[in-house]
Amino acid sequence: MLIAPIAELAAALAKKRISSVELTQEALDRAEAANRRLNAFITLDRDGALAQARAADARIAAGDATPLTGIPIAHKDVLMTAGLRTTCGSRMLENFVAPYSAFVVERLASEGTVLVGKTNMDEFAMGSSSETSYFGPVRNPWHLDYVPGGSSGGSSAAVAARVVPGATGTDTGGSIRQPAALSGVCGLKPTYGLCSRYGLIAFASSLDTPGVFAQTAEDCALLLTAMAGHDARDSTSVDRPAEDYTRDLGRPLTGVRIGLPTEYFGDGTEPAVLGAIDKALAELRRLGSTTVEISLPNVKLSVPVYYVIAPAEASSNLSRFDGVRYGHRAAKYSDLLEMYMRTRAEGFGAEVKRRILVGTYVLSHGYYDAYYLKAQQVRRLIADDFRRAYEQCDVIIGPTSPTTAFPIGDKTDDPVKMYLNDIFTIAGNLTGAPGISIPCGFDGKGLPVGMLLQGNHFREALILNVAHQYQQATDWHRRVPEGYAS
Amino acid sequence: MALSSEDVQRLAHLARIEITPDEALEVRAKLDRIFELIGEMRAVDTTGIVPMSHAQDVAAPLREDKVTEADRRALYQRDAPAVANDLYLVPKVIE
Repeated sequence: MLIAPIAELAAALAKKRISSVELTQEALDRAEAANRRLNAFITLDRDGALAQARAADARIAAGDATPLTGIPIAHKDVLMTAGLRTTCGSRMLENFVAPYSAFVVERLASEGTVLVGKTNMDEFAMGSSSETSYFGPVRNPWHLDYVPGGSSGGSSAAVAARVVPGATGTDTGGSIRQPAALSGVCGLKPTYGLCSRYGLIAFASSLDTPGVFAQTAEDCALLLTAMAGHDARDSTSVDRPAEDYTRDLGRPLTGVRIGLPTEYFGDGTEPAVLGAIDKALAELRRLGSTTVEISLPNVKLSVPVYYVIAPAEASSNLSRFDGVRYGHRAAKYSDLLEMYMRTRAEGFGAEVKRRILVGTYVLSHGYYDAYYLKAQQVRRLIADDFRRAYEQCDVIIGPTSPTTAFPIGDKTDDPVKMYLNDIFTIAGNLTGAPGISIPCGFDGKGLPVGMLLQGNHFREALILNVAHQYQQATDWHRRVPEGYAS
Repeated sequence: MALSSEDVQRLAHLARIEITPDEALEVRAKLDRIFELIGEMRAVDTTGIVPMSHAQDVAAPLREDKVTEADRRALYQRDAPAVANDLYLVPKVIE
């Protein structure tokens, strides 16, 4: 039953063809089985989930259900869930039980969703492969020796393996969109500020964005409608009227102008990826849209700009992990300084330490102007490119990632090789604009290819519309990896 | 611009992360790679460009100066490494 998307499951629940308890039981069983092969979950909450499922069934019986009531979901382990362990994939928070829940967690809970567990991820959301987790790497359900992408790889793998029909993620440099592409599912990063960051354990505060994974654009729209909203506890939360993100799904694509950045279709992208995107564009033209070539001359600078700004913000945000109030504390130290130095040496993994050191450097005396300030200036250039582009088009489309999934261990020697995975996604975080990655084909190894649809700020309904129309005419999003289809 | 081992130790100290000489060597090599990447950005002409620190041009939101938080000390200190008399315990700071 869990093979179906949320919209279908909701109908089945409403018609009493299945109960939330049955659905949840199935999700928990699948999660346990999947974990033995995929390591997608860090924590499973059987008792909590079944209690929530019983409450959901009561709500459905009382006629008080929403489209999400009774649906089992998972949260990325960077989002605080009151009473449940929240680790960020790190030894630093290995036993940390969250004292409160994130806004997006509260929102989804109030709709009656059932929380099955917390998904595995790159440590502190720093990564593009979900290999840096203290709890071991996540495996791609399409090919167990390959990465699912990162940092939200546990969530993307869980949805790809049909353990849960929906899961949350967070996207700071591509960490929802890229794993969605590599795992063959839909991954939506909303506009920065649309979903509150309250309770999202901070990595880079000007870039972090909560979002969702699901099988379809329609399901993403349902989840986003529930998760978005103003929150006074997040000073960057935008205050705008609520939207129903499903409202424009059914619109035909006639008149939609699709911008194709020259810079997205050049060298460095695998031919199989480009081939799948070309076929997808042909389909979108057939559906009535037009395409126009655009240029984003500074977009390639996204990666270096990001690797100044994100580590800088991370070095500040992660300074709270000092062994004083929560999390890991070293066992042996002779004074306060040693306590800090050992706690942090023991609690953080190698990639996290590297990024903190880079951040410390670019913010330090004598280097701030040359690095951090400079990066913020180049960020403005990149944002201006996009602003100009949206004068000529409504949606920008290209590959989500230059490659399909790669073998575990393949890119861990050279950090820069890993960083270049995000070359198409990072600009969306620097500008704060929304983007969704949807499946659009496979390569010769049977690994999924993702197509990235980007829109201007707050144009989620439009990119969901284009994605949904594409999904009415194609069936890539229905494909399930072998072994997980029943 | 390659980093020296002194640079790396200085950064580690600023970041309050102890690193061994072996770790420092490995970190140095990887940091050099990252700074090579960042070098591309430094070459761009940005004269007169206003730095962009945020996705939206918004001002910090203001609210009334009223107490809205409850005392949740017991909850927050429940899992603290070391607590006594409602205070977090750390090694002596002042001699």
